[in-house]
Amino acid sequence: MRYDCIIIGGGVIGCATAYTLAHCQLRTLLVEAENDVAMGTTRANSAIVHAGYDAIPGSAMARTNIRGNELMEGLCRRLDVRFERIGSLVLGFSEDDLSTLKKLYERGVKNGVRGLALLDREQTLEKEPNLAANVTGSLYAPTTGIVDPWGLALAMAQVAARNGVEFAFSSPVTAITRKENGFFVTAGGQTYDTRTVVNAAGVYSDIIHGMIGGDSFHITPDRGAYYVLDKSQGKLVSHVIFQCPTEKGKGVLVSSTVHGNLIVGPDAVPQTDRTDVAATAESLDYIRRTALLSVPGINFRENIRNFAGIRARGTPDFIIGPSPVDPRFINLAGIQSPGLTAAPAIAQEAAAWLRMAGLKLEERDDFIDGRTHIEFRRQPREVQARMIRENPAYGRVICRCETITEGEILDALHAPLPPRTVDGVKRRCGTGMGRCQGGFCGPRVHEILARELGVAMWEIEKDRPGSQIALGETKEADV
Amino acid sequence: MRNVTIIGAGPAGLAAAIAARDAGAHVLLLERAKELGGILNQCIHNGFGLYRFREELTGPEYAGRFIDGLHDIDIRTDTMVLEISSGSVTAVNPKDGLFTVTSDAVILAMGCRERTCGAIGVPGDRPAGVFTAGAAQRYMNIEGLRIGKRAVILGSGDIGLIMARRMTLEGAEVAACVELMPYSSGLNRNIVQCLHDFDIPLYLSHTVTRIIGRSRLEAVEVAEVGPDRKPVPGTEFRIDCDTLLLSVGLIPENELTRAAGIAIDPHTNGPVVYDDMETTQKGVYACGNVVQVHDLVDFVSDEGERAGRAAASGQPEGAYTEVQPGSGVGYVVPQRIRHEGAEDTVTLFFRVRKPCRKGSLVVYDGEREVLRKKRLYMTPGEMEKLPISRELASTAETLTVTMEEDT
Repeated sequence: MRYDCIIIGGGVIGCATAYTLAHCQLRTLLVEAENDVAMGTTRANSAIVHAGYDAIPGSAMARTNIRGNELMEGLCRRLDVRFERIGSLVLGFSEDDLSTLKKLYERGVKNGVRGLALLDREQTLEKEPNLAANVTGSLYAPTTGIVDPWGLALAMAQVAARNGVEFAFSSPVTAITRKENGFFVTAGGQTYDTRTVVNAAGVYSDIIHGMIGGDSFHITPDRGAYYVLDKSQGKLVSHVIFQCPTEKGKGVLVSSTVHGNLIVGPDAVPQTDRTDVAATAESLDYIRRTALLSVPGINFRENIRNFAGIRARGTPDFIIGPSPVDPRFINLAGIQSPGLTAAPAIAQEAAAWLRMAGLKLEERDDFIDGRTHIEFRRQPREVQARMIRENPAYGRVICRCETITEGEILDALHAPLPPRTVDGVKRRCGTGMGRCQGGFCGPRVHEILARELGVAMWEIEKDRPGSQIALGETKEADV
Repeated sequence: MRNVTIIGAGPAGLAAAIAARDAGAHVLLLERAKELGGILNQCIHNGFGLYRFREELTGPEYAGRFIDGLHDIDIRTDTMVLEISSGSVTAVNPKDGLFTVTSDAVILAMGCRERTCGAIGVPGDRPAGVFTAGAAQRYMNIEGLRIGKRAVILGSGDIGLIMARRMTLEGAEVAACVELMPYSSGLNRNIVQCLHDFDIPLYLSHTVTRIIGRSRLEAVEVAEVGPDRKPVPGTEFRIDCDTLLLSVGLIPENELTRAAGIAIDPHTNGPVVYDDMETTQKGVYACGNVVQVHDLVDFVSDEGERAGRAAASGQPEGAYTEVQPGSGVGYVVPQRIRHEGAEDTVTLFFRVRKPCRKGSLVVYDGEREVLRKKRLYMTPGEMEKLPISRELASTAETLTVTMEEDT
């Protein structure tokens, strides 16, 4: 059992790398500590495909952002992932802001961002009538987009799996040993033999690098909280609305999501705990107040969900390339924003570094690209009628808020990398993402999962290990 | 013979179906669940039907009384309505596929849903073990599953109180019931029978300020709130628990109604209705919790019957008087009283905004007082009912219902 490459981490970077390597005649394994793909930074972020005017010209961030933005549209079309190029506005509210916007504009032009324009107050309000009246101007970037981040990671992983990339979930890496012709990687109690390693371990990437003695970078994670508002607020803005960036980050954004909701956030709270994704009262209060400065009409009473995500900060630029310790160990680290945008480009660069490390990247002639993701609610009525005729399970609506049918849940359960948790079904099908937040469909999804996996209801987890929803049957308590 | 399509076979839809059939209509009853009865199926406690049947029935028993009378009605369960537009209802189910029915009248009886953790924005982690009270009730009473060993209930709505008792009877410990307001929003009988009888402490003017636990819930942080209902710093304390049940309000489920362009009352979040339960769209009626959140099912059934009878007969259009909430009153249903109608008396349903030991319900026509009724005890948790003569209503410009506290 010997692999050409082991990818550590099943976030959007690891999945993009798996998808890229799946095109080649290689034996590839992706190991993931959690029980699903997209469980770290990828599951909780702004879901923006950035235009590329933020990054310092000449940096890896600038290079991969621009390239990733170009690749994203075709990739999402091939993999049937929701992506919309809705454009963005960075708002200015003062003279200082306007000079920042000008700098961003110039930086963007240098980076090669297409279509950038500085807008005055009237032009800005014409594009977005719901903005605060004291806006003085904006930077318009037509190439900014929104995407379904976990959908993208999952789609790339599914195509990779279908083309022979192996996946090992619930397999945290505990040791890596260098040897003459590669590495031994111990993950989830198994030891694997591989020629090369790609380190895409997100906020843990410095710890993974440390396992071969590398200490060339350190991750200091920070946490950002968000609001997701009901679809009633989803049309309040039609572009991604940013504020002028500061040293703390890109500020609080307001945007519609590809699911039709409104997303508001994040803040940036540095922290030492790499697993803490609690949304604090202070964070939520700060985000609400700050967002209202851009879009005063947001009705936060229509909030349906708060969450927080963790990002790998601490390095001035993305780290893409071989470890100083070993050229066969490729680090893809410090991938903070705009990492989601850059993922397809970072994966291509990772492949190039693997070639430099001696892997033969010969294209397979039997690679099957593409994937379809059928969403019942988005089909015209006549197609819906046909779908139910062919498979009656499409006629049973499980999630009433989002109109998700049993047929779609069964599709997900029979696709590559099927879900094993209630949240896994949520990420694949959208059940429980609506305004009732799974109050009605949660128990039904739970029941379908237990039935299809052939286990008892109380064995089903909501999300991470130990997140059982039920403890057993009634009348079994110690009374 | 008029065709009537009813959306929802909970207590409102069941009563409407029987009443419409008895009035001579051909009835199609659509239900999204596999069984008839709606939320009553999971309400296995007793106390239903005291007014209507002078008996204390369980939820399934109460539903059964109606289900037994459903002959000569076309019933489709497992059927989800996707769209209502100008008298046509489009629905799907596994057996019939996608179908559209056009009828003379449509009755909306979709019920309500629970406010969630997200809606009230509780900070903290997002572990398993946080349930809306209704979801927990379904797990325990329909699926037969035990959901936790030690629970905290946030909100003192009726489902939360009922679940406090239910979990206790199932061997779990209920550590506390935490209520944001200085009074409970549940029925007094539930406070007594579900909390006091089991020594479950009720923390009024408190809220949950943090959810703690990465996988399964481990604890909640509770704090006192001030008069502004914001947590008072320094009053936080921790309660270890593996289960948090939310009983923080119900929201009428009107997505179909909104999409159909029917006027919604911002006070109820339900459709604006006439006293015969017709909405602002001719031929579309509504009843039950889709119109206003009730606390007793008996009145839901009454509303359903009213809607069913009217839908079967087809009311002529005509003049009406608007009814609106005034000081001390949260909302009023119906929002419109027709000048012509089958009954001489119309009952106004509403809730007061805060508890009142002694006071009066006063109805004004503009500035002029037209009706005054003394009440000994009023609370937002219990729906108020005030009969008013149609004659009086039809001579008024606009009726405003107010609550005045005795000083």
